[in-house]
Amino acid sequence: MPGFGTNGPSVAVARRAGSRRRERFIQQLFLLPAVAYILIFFGYPVVKNVVMGFQNYSMKSFFTGKAPWVGLQNYESVVSSPIFSSALINTIVFTICSIAGQFVIGLAIALYFRKRFPLNDLLRSLILLPWLLPLIVSSAIWRWLLDQDNGALNRILELLLLADRPGWLTTTSLSLVACILVNIWIGIPFNVAILYSGLQEIPEELYEAGQLDGATGWTAFRWITWPLMRPVVSVVLMLGVIYTLKVMDLILGLTGGGPANSSQTLATQSYHLSFVQFQFGQGAAMANILVAISLIFALLYLYINKFAGKS
Amino acid sequence: MSTSSSLQISSNRKRRHRNNRHGGWRHTVFGVLILGILLFPVYWMVNVSLQQGGAAAMTPWLPIDITLHGYAKAFQDQGGHLLTSLIVASGSVVFSLLVAAPAAYALAVFRVRWANAVLLAILVSQMIPGIVVANALYGAYTKIGLLNSILGLILADSSAGIPFSILILNAFMRSMPLSVLEAARIDGAGPLRTLVSVVLPMSRNSIVTAGLFTFLFSWSDFLFALTLTTTDDVRPVTLGLYVYISGFISDWSSVMATSVLASIPTIVLLVFAQRYIAAGTTAGAVK
Repeated sequence: MPGFGTNGPSVAVARRAGSRRRERFIQQLFLLPAVAYILIFFGYPVVKNVVMGFQNYSMKSFFTGKAPWVGLQNYESVVSSPIFSSALINTIVFTICSIAGQFVIGLAIALYFRKRFPLNDLLRSLILLPWLLPLIVSSAIWRWLLDQDNGALNRILELLLLADRPGWLTTTSLSLVACILVNIWIGIPFNVAILYSGLQEIPEELYEAGQLDGATGWTAFRWITWPLMRPVVSVVLMLGVIYTLKVMDLILGLTGGGPANSSQTLATQSYHLSFVQFQFGQGAAMANILVAISLIFALLYLYINKFAGKS
Repeated sequence: MSTSSSLQISSNRKRRHRNNRHGGWRHTVFGVLILGILLFPVYWMVNVSLQQGGAAAMTPWLPIDITLHGYAKAFQDQGGHLLTSLIVASGSVVFSLLVAAPAAYALAVFRVRWANAVLLAILVSQMIPGIVVANALYGAYTKIGLLNSILGLILADSSAGIPFSILILNAFMRSMPLSVLEAARIDGAGPLRTLVSVVLPMSRNSIVTAGLFTFLFSWSDFLFALTLTTTDDVRPVTLGLYVYISGFISDWSSVMATSVLASIPTIVLLVFAQRYIAAGTTAGAVK
């Protein structure tokens, strides 16, 4: 906007600079509540957990305000406890198996829905239902489905003569399997939705051209679909890992980490330490280890992506 | 960016249209079968909720002998919790949008110096496990008296809605033509006035999407309900359901009836707000 006025150009410039500074200030006010919220509800907890991890922070600390500094003692006792190694392995197995199952089934369904048929849109939107249900509702439903004596799953398996009433949630060897199964069920819709929209971005012409060269079915998938889907796939998998690592509601609702800690993960164990045993220092230490793992994974993802971008 | 994406959408739509016309119903049958398997647990929830459900009884496969006693019990036990959930989720929608809308506007339109830093912080915040937040908030809430309070839950539950809303609103507002904002400015509207009477009405769809998802996030919250309440004064239905299923269950039909009631927002959303859900789901990937 040209500065026209009777005061001459220099005054106008100065006034404009002043009003611009004022405007800048107002603009930053718009951002202030969000920045404050993020600092309080994400920044503070991260810092507080790091500090708590070095303190003997128990229920008493909340009333006395005293939490003695104990150095690495929390980490030592957390890591040396026999639950830690099994929780770590469970977390890794739970994450890898959940992601693999969700992704493979999700991709298969997404590919199927590329076909042309009536009601395609309606069916595809209804698939989202399990993903949008509150996790604790899903846990409740599956608690009853997986019930040893009267659960629908065992009744179906028995009808098909496939198995003799396994105790999905009550056997140490099956509880994690059950959690993975349910988590796959919850994650399929998200994978279908994202992968399907990725598939839709691939121009049909490529397939038509491929067809002329004899590329159909698996060949078309291998040489057209898969390379073009790589970016979408890497996003889905990365988000999947980050979200799955911190899954808690589902396991607490299904098995509570049991029986005998057989389905305990780092996240649920952190909850147990803090809110069942009231060892907040140890709970924080455990949570920090979990954060470190997902941080390592995110950095690895960024590194690989950068590498893939270069080559 | 907006034109290319809207072109994409229209070409997708064209393609889909062609799909349907050439479609074979035999594919639909298999599609229904896939859906049937995936949604069987949901069917089972409804089925059990409508029948007499003792723990020792095998629920019949079809709800032929319908009884509403499960719902009666669910309302009696969980009615108050449902109301709490409704208040907390609605409060969280209002609070999240109040915080997120100006921020998204500032990030998208003003060239604020630390815009990228804020967006990065939001992305990183998605990695932070809820238990980390809960660990820290429990202590802070104890100190300032927010434990067992509606306000405390609204604030904590918004930790899902605020980042999501900022991202989704920011993505839309970036695509807004700057000429419209410039016009408002020339008409003498300040930034706040521009936001309220120009930007927000234009962003109606994204605001609805952000609001619906925020409602769903807060309604579904379990972790904060579990850790930031210690009495049953303020108890959302998710926690009520958890308390139900963590004890010995003698009556599954009321548990499943509660589950059905707790699923109502999801079902309403899926049926009536389909297009917003689709928008939010793909935004989830951008997130």
